[in-house]
Amino acid sequence: MRFLFKTAYEQDIRLFRDNIAAAWYGILAVVVLLLPSVLSGYYVGEITWVFIYGICGVSLMVLVGYTGLLSLGHAAFLGIGAYAHAYFLQQGLPWVVSVALAIGITTACGIVVGLTALRMTGIYLAIATLAFGVIIQEVFTRWESVTHGFAGMAVDSPVLFGLQISGVSPFYYLCAAVLVLTLWLTRNLLRSPTGRAWVAIRDSEIAAQSMGVNLAVYKSIAFAYSAALMGLAGALFAHKIAYLAPDIFNILMSIQLLLLVIVGGLGSLHGAVLGAIFVALLPPTIAILRDSIPATLSEFAGATGIGLIGAVGRALGEFLRKPGVEAGIFGLILVLVILLEPLGMYGRWVKIKLYFSTFPLYKRNTFRRQKSYMRSERLR
Amino acid sequence: MTFFAADGLSINFGGIRAVDAVSFEVREGEVFTIIGPNGAGKTTIFNLISRIYEPTGGRLVFEGRDITGVPPHRIAALGIARTFQNIELFEHATLLDNLLLARHAHKQSGFLGELLFLPSVRRMEIEHREAVEKIIDFLDLQQYRDSFIVNLPYGARKVTELARALCTAPKLLLLDEPSSGLNVEETEDMAFWIEDIQKILGITILMVEHDMKLVSAVSDRVLALNYGRLIATGTPQEVQSHPEVIRAYLGG
Repeated sequence: MRFLFKTAYEQDIRLFRDNIAAAWYGILAVVVLLLPSVLSGYYVGEITWVFIYGICGVSLMVLVGYTGLLSLGHAAFLGIGAYAHAYFLQQGLPWVVSVALAIGITTACGIVVGLTALRMTGIYLAIATLAFGVIIQEVFTRWESVTHGFAGMAVDSPVLFGLQISGVSPFYYLCAAVLVLTLWLTRNLLRSPTGRAWVAIRDSEIAAQSMGVNLAVYKSIAFAYSAALMGLAGALFAHKIAYLAPDIFNILMSIQLLLLVIVGGLGSLHGAVLGAIFVALLPPTIAILRDSIPATLSEFAGATGIGLIGAVGRALGEFLRKPGVEAGIFGLILVLVILLEPLGMYGRWVKIKLYFSTFPLYKRNTFRRQKSYMRSERLR
Repeated sequence: MTFFAADGLSINFGGIRAVDAVSFEVREGEVFTIIGPNGAGKTTIFNLISRIYEPTGGRLVFEGRDITGVPPHRIAALGIARTFQNIELFEHATLLDNLLLARHAHKQSGFLGELLFLPSVRRMEIEHREAVEKIIDFLDLQQYRDSFIVNLPYGARKVTELARALCTAPKLLLLDEPSSGLNVEETEDMAFWIEDIQKILGITILMVEHDMKLVSAVSDRVLALNYGRLIATGTPQEVQSHPEVIRAYLGG
């Protein structure tokens, strides 16, 4: 097990824990850079979704995981960003300006929702944001002069400083770069007073207030920043999906985003990215399985002469083709994660890492938490 | 100039007068203790001072300034810090982060600077860490520095609360039952720390406490409260032998 001996305050605030950690992230960066030259276009396109969902994940992680404010309407911010960007592109604005305006508009919406949400917590806030999501979806449908309603809106590939980013790989790199930028900016906030104020609000509002945190201001900042990132993700989302329709940004999308941060692990940026990998790659995995399971099993049945295996394979393939199976699997995984691993994928990763670094001394109880002591909830 | 004074402080919860026209003055540099049976209104006075409750009458003066209208998040910047009776730490953050949050009132950075983590923010972060490290040394918390609060035992949490309050660099420290839940040995340590805070750091302490041994060991003056009313003030000995106080505790 490595023990980090700190000799300077700098070591507390650096981006990576130590040089070894930095080297691992370097290796990851190289892998991400090389993937398009190894994988086929289909897979590169699917991994691009990981990056876009990663930005959404960071956005929701700031709000839910760090500030402790629940939002069931985040798909609306994604939609506002996407529609605003598509609209400004149609007006002939340059890409960067259009993205900036889209971020500006979602930020403004975030502040408005944040201000109305200041007096609400927990389930009430969830309902309020849910209502916001439904209203915005209705606006997308009705405001036809801008959104073209159900006729939809086509979005071209981005043109960045006169350079057409067409094709799968260039867009992959663009999304990867934006995700890295998002992670860096968010990490900066988290290691400075704003991030600590968010965590303080999450864990004890009354103590945060007594230590000088203006609750209204920092909750609003959390909402605004989260919405801004959603707007940014929405702009990339618009390009990726290429055709916007109002029913994309529905409640299911909001729940999927919430699922992303919960499965990934609340309260860590790693969790946001791991959750994005899960949410973005589960549907294609199901698609691949539903074709390959019957094929492999029938091949196996042909080779061994056991007809039952082939029948099982066909039944499985049939089942995976049924409508709603994907949502069902998402739901099942969410339930299992909350029951078995409340810390999410990142929590599991930390445990696995500890297991190997302390081998053979790992104790299961290391992560068992003592019940928390009484707190003055009534003062909230 | 008055250092700290409450003048006719009152608050009603519905029909109940939780605090009824209580007036007292805390002199700079002393340890002033409020005692009283359960439900006497001791913690309510603290919540009034930290502006969580809005008083229905009376006013609060700190360093010659009326602070009755100051919003709760400004109190720390004025130089008043507090601890909580039922520990209110940020459980899913490290001890270091808990203490750094207490430096919030002293931050000079803006949102954009923090977003880009400018060199000025980095310098400020290091300055805060130096300030926090002094308190960690002062209260012997080095071994818990990077631990998450959820993993700390109760006694260590209690000391962390004290440390967090000290990190705001207060002039007046409000301690809400610093010894509740501590064993005899830990209570003795707490008494030493309270003395050190008063003598070495020169911080005035306003304390709510039940443990009379601790009260008479550290307090300069004591105020006794019952049903929201002031019943006696004076030295610990005077208050303890006051007939009203004995009646309040023993009945009759």
